[in-house]
Amino acid sequence: MSSMSEPAGAPRSRYRIDEKARFHPRDLLRHWEALLAVLLVLVCAVNGLLLPHFFDPYNLADSTFNFSEKAMIALPMALLIICREIDISVSAIIALASVAMGLANQAGVPPLGLLLVAIATGTACGLLNGTLVTRLCLPSIVVTIGSMSLFRGLASVVLGDQAFTQYPAELGDWGQGYFFDVLPRPFVVWLLAAAMFAVLLHVTRWGRQLYAIGNSPVAARFSGVAVDRYRLALFVLTGAMAGLAAFFLTGRIGSTRPNIAMGWELEIITVVILGGVSIAGGTGTIGGVMLSVLVMGMLTYGLALANIPGIIMTIVVGALLLATIAIPRLLRGKRAAGR
Amino acid sequence: MALNFLISRRAPAAARRDAGEALWRRREPLLALLTVVLILLVGLRAPVFLSTQSMDNLLTDSAITIMLALTQMLVILTRGIDLSVASNLALSGMMSALLAMHFPVLPVGVFILMAVVIGLLLGLLNGWLIGYLELPPIVVTLGSMSVYRGMVFVLSGGAWVSSRNMPADFVAFPLARLGGLTHLVWLGALAVVAIWFLARHTRFGRDLYAIGNDPSAAAYVGIASPARLLWTYGLSGAMAGLAGYLWVARYAVAYTEIAYGFELTVIAACVIGGISIAGGVGQVSGAVLGALFLSVINNALPIMRISPFWQSALTGMVILCAVILNARGKQGGRKQILPLHGQKSLTTGSTA
Repeated sequence: MSSMSEPAGAPRSRYRIDEKARFHPRDLLRHWEALLAVLLVLVCAVNGLLLPHFFDPYNLADSTFNFSEKAMIALPMALLIICREIDISVSAIIALASVAMGLANQAGVPPLGLLLVAIATGTACGLLNGTLVTRLCLPSIVVTIGSMSLFRGLASVVLGDQAFTQYPAELGDWGQGYFFDVLPRPFVVWLLAAAMFAVLLHVTRWGRQLYAIGNSPVAARFSGVAVDRYRLALFVLTGAMAGLAAFFLTGRIGSTRPNIAMGWELEIITVVILGGVSIAGGTGTIGGVMLSVLVMGMLTYGLALANIPGIIMTIVVGALLLATIAIPRLLRGKRAAGR
Repeated sequence: MALNFLISRRAPAAARRDAGEALWRRREPLLALLTVVLILLVGLRAPVFLSTQSMDNLLTDSAITIMLALTQMLVILTRGIDLSVASNLALSGMMSALLAMHFPVLPVGVFILMAVVIGLLLGLLNGWLIGYLELPPIVVTLGSMSVYRGMVFVLSGGAWVSSRNMPADFVAFPLARLGGLTHLVWLGALAVVAIWFLARHTRFGRDLYAIGNDPSAAAYVGIASPARLLWTYGLSGAMAGLAGYLWVARYAVAYTEIAYGFELTVIAACVIGGISIAGGVGQVSGAVLGALFLSVINNALPIMRISPFWQSALTGMVILCAVILNARGKQGGRKQILPLHGQKSLTTGSTA
């Protein structure tokens, strides 16, 4: 009847451990990442045909600023969701870290110190989330809804109706500057971070354990995986990356206002899910998330060039999200219904 | 679908709840007591808070939150979540405002009905995707949240519909009085009674508890989960539609960002009210008290002359305290992996 009505208890694993099959080029097309890559090429091609300035290198480089910060947080968020957890409080952590930077800046801390302040604040926030989730065994969505309110609230208590401005120029260089005059700094930092996350998730034992936890936390615990330690580490990592994102965002917009990064958490989660990370845990790759970030980024950039208001983008993203999960289900719907 | 982050890794409290627990150990009376104590404490500092007029304000302000928390509770009971309520509210509110702007001669009832029907349809779309296609509720409602919010902008062209464009009786209805109380309060009370009856005394409501407690067991006993889920989300949508009209008419303005982020306030009210995000546990009184508690805090701050900027931080602290208190009652056996003899496994509560 439905997957909910299947015999109890036994969650279907998405992985079968078979003999490794021989490589076929057509197998590539079955991967979500391949579809995303096609989509990316398609988006770029259509945009390039319709908009004469789309492939302008300066424009392209400039367009990365709009998504690099979100993309930085999408990486640890992917790990969290693979692990069956979620963090709604990331945008509030950005706000709090940015406020901490503003306070430190007023106290005369140099730009490099501001980076440390931002990351330390983010880490502390992540530690609070992680501790509540692991120590008290609370569902992470509830904890992070609460802490989102708390962090955002603390930020607005400090800010009041003011805003922190007058950040040093060096910070602006980090937020919207280029390496060697061509490579946008936040984008490069994101690529580096993505490489690190890809190695962590796909090469190390640590990463394999995350999939194990995502497939079945109980089984993972029985197999001797320190599940709670991984969870705590992931929340701390997410907080730290949110702090890093706050550093670049604050540098880019040059101010800290109460509504900084408002609503980003849902955009980030959407991007991660579009990247092929299943909300039920246990599947997903960093490559998929990166491609989905780029698809979103190029789509937004194209719409901006075509002078279409940004909110139309939210419809596109929402519809894309619904379509990506509903269409595969509809396609195999007949078979499931006959069960 | 196993959504672990929605689910507490401890056995649900449901089993203990009906075992004739002492009144003071249950959560709802405790929360009621806390709310009353909070009101009295605020009253001690600022007696004006206890005046009839202020209480009337409090009820009027909390009505929309209560109404949405009630249907959100039904959704959460089924192990779901509806993140699209605020966007749904904005969209159906905007559509009824646009209708009122273009056809001001129609009676108010038509606009209200319109808003409810639009909300219902938007909710049924969620329900179809979640119930019949078995897609994860959090992803579906995340997607529809963006789509609905964007559609508000498309429909209105980004413009505001202000009180000048709305007919007078359209704007007047929510705050008009009947027997001393505003229509908002009456509608809220009606919703409380209706949802209480639905959850407590109808087969539909009891089925929702069954689905939330164990979806597969519910299917085995013959509960048509897809249809139940369809109408649960439909109901949540219809309530959001009604709230959309009330919101737009009460504040006499409709624009793209109305009620932005309100879905999390509503979910917070449910969490404070002890509705377990893991499904199957929760009562109407909890949802009402949770919403009321948040409203008391919001209304007390200006009276206490505390900066309104504290509101969000305090709300966050209250939510965290509520969930921590909740967890404390169920602690013990956390490190124990294998169940003791004669005891049901505590650690397998997370997968389903």
